[in-house]
Amino acid sequence: MNEIALLVAATFNAGTVLAIAALGLLINEKAGIVNLGAEGMMLCAAVAGFAAVVYTGNDWVGFLAGMGAGALMAAAFGVMVIWLNTNQYATGLALSLFGAGLSAFVGVGYVQAKLPPRGDYSIPFLSDIPFLGTALFKQHPLAYFALILMAAIVYFLFKSRAGLVLRSVGESPESAHALGYPVRRIRLLAVIFGGAMCGLAGAYLSVIYTPLWVQGMVAGKGWIALALTTFATWRPARVLLGAYLFGGVTMVQLALQSRGVAVSEQLLSMTPYIATIVVLALISRNPAWIRVNMPQSLGKPFYPGG
Amino acid sequence: MLKLEARPNPSKLWGFASPLLALVITVLIGTVIFMAMGKAPLTALSMFFWEPIKSSYALSELAVKATPLLIIALGLSVCFRSNVWNIGAEGQFVFGAICAAGVALMADATTSRWIVLAVLIAGVLGGMAWAGIAALLRDRFNANEILTSLMLVYIAVFLLTYLVSGPWKDPNGFNFPQSKTFEKVTQIPRLLDGTRMSIGLLIALAGVGALWVYLFRTFSGFQLQVGGLAPLAARYGGFSSRKALWTALMISGGAAGLAGALEVAGPVGQLTPYIPVGYGFAAIIVAFVGRLHPVGIVFAAILMSMFYIGGELAQSRLRLSKSLTGVLQGLLLFTLLACDTLIAYRVRWQR
Repeated sequence: MNEIALLVAATFNAGTVLAIAALGLLINEKAGIVNLGAEGMMLCAAVAGFAAVVYTGNDWVGFLAGMGAGALMAAAFGVMVIWLNTNQYATGLALSLFGAGLSAFVGVGYVQAKLPPRGDYSIPFLSDIPFLGTALFKQHPLAYFALILMAAIVYFLFKSRAGLVLRSVGESPESAHALGYPVRRIRLLAVIFGGAMCGLAGAYLSVIYTPLWVQGMVAGKGWIALALTTFATWRPARVLLGAYLFGGVTMVQLALQSRGVAVSEQLLSMTPYIATIVVLALISRNPAWIRVNMPQSLGKPFYPGG
Repeated sequence: MLKLEARPNPSKLWGFASPLLALVITVLIGTVIFMAMGKAPLTALSMFFWEPIKSSYALSELAVKATPLLIIALGLSVCFRSNVWNIGAEGQFVFGAICAAGVALMADATTSRWIVLAVLIAGVLGGMAWAGIAALLRDRFNANEILTSLMLVYIAVFLLTYLVSGPWKDPNGFNFPQSKTFEKVTQIPRLLDGTRMSIGLLIALAGVGALWVYLFRTFSGFQLQVGGLAPLAARYGGFSSRKALWTALMISGGAAGLAGALEVAGPVGQLTPYIPVGYGFAAIIVAFVGRLHPVGIVFAAILMSMFYIGGELAQSRLRLSKSLTGVLQGLLLFTLLACDTLIAYRVRWQR
């Protein structure tokens, strides 16, 4: 019983990284921009956050540093795709390649570094409930932040005027422009938000989840987060669910490894990536469904007056 | 304020000048990095732009690095021209290397020299099969090839580590995760004694010619490009986009697999976890910097190899981390994409 509770807790924790990143990416995709640089932003944010904690000893400074790194990189990406009309796929890819290089270069000095002792995050009283306490109430505050973020994004997108404008920019930038909305600036803000959330996820990974810095430690989570927005057909609640599902896949695989199941460790490590491919294929199988849910102008450039 | 104004026609001049301008900007940023790290910029720059070309041996090493980049990038240029986003060439390279190694490991002292051919074919087929998964998923399930081809990179790398630490591990290898050294007969023939250059270089150069003919002189190559540039026109002309998808992924997968075979049976000579060194990703940059043109790709591959060798030299001689290579390569693509804006737009000063 306790083992299952621990597995649920670990799933919650692992899903948090994916959830925060994917919810951020959801916002910029709703505004019509695909940022394939998620992996690179998360890597740079992971090293930035880790370094900040090494110097200051404060995790929250680390999260801010990670968000800053992610936002900065996203801003550079945004200016290029929105004002210079560069290809979104190629530019995002460039960001990922650049981020992988930069994080490895900057991170060399932090490979052996250690963080101050990680705290205990039990919520008083709630964490004493049998089973549920261990399963759900001993997480880092950011794990609950992911839930709040999801709720906030649902409210923003579907209940607020600003969210309506953001969606219209992603559906039909021409109409939004004609109505006098600053399409480019809205898109840039959305991209920066996506970058900041990827940054937060990256910093969470290196500061809380692992917690250490290893070159390439994001290990495809940025790409899986990108896939998650498609899986979830761009619905925030489904993004969150998908993130925990994938967190679960990672955790079950680790649990099997630790129990010494007679399958090689390397083969088990493939499961999250195989799962991503399988789910992507199943969800995409119906093109009409994807087309109905996808922001109409996703990935398409917009030049006002052009 | 600076404003962009659309040109009536894309600028031919900037098509050539943009990669050069991007290189200049990348070098300038690199210089700033060197100075920030407290290194003499000229010394550091000479590691990247002079040392790799200063002697015939250095040039041969440059060719060793440029060969896989060139082969993979040639294949990728077909993909990107037909608007198929295969970014998993690294995985196709690794799986090609695995298949080539599988054949090479079957050889013994009595095997004929011709096994080299089988090794190379295994590499090509392996790369095609790996890219074929992405093609099949795209074709049958409409799954985005960017994500599937990338996920397949991770899967191929785990498969590689599984093989070298399990079934194919060298029993006399002091427990290192690597296969036994391949028999001498499987070695890709060298071009010149005393260098590591192999016939792979000739294959790559033949590929340059073949691609040029395919793209610009055959109907199939024409169909492929139309499909990428104007999907609606292609459909009107009755060109199949499915065929283009498969052609693009088979060519690029096969090329990446071939490069993997040449690497594993060439300079490396055994299957190790260090086979994937990022050539598949660097080749994406090579393809773009080379303007997706076979001849441009030759120059871009040489340039990127200089970055690789420069990074290694800067690490051993200046104690700069060799991951600097990745930073500069990424920067180059980034600045190239920005400079490419000048092809379609001119910058105007407006009040």
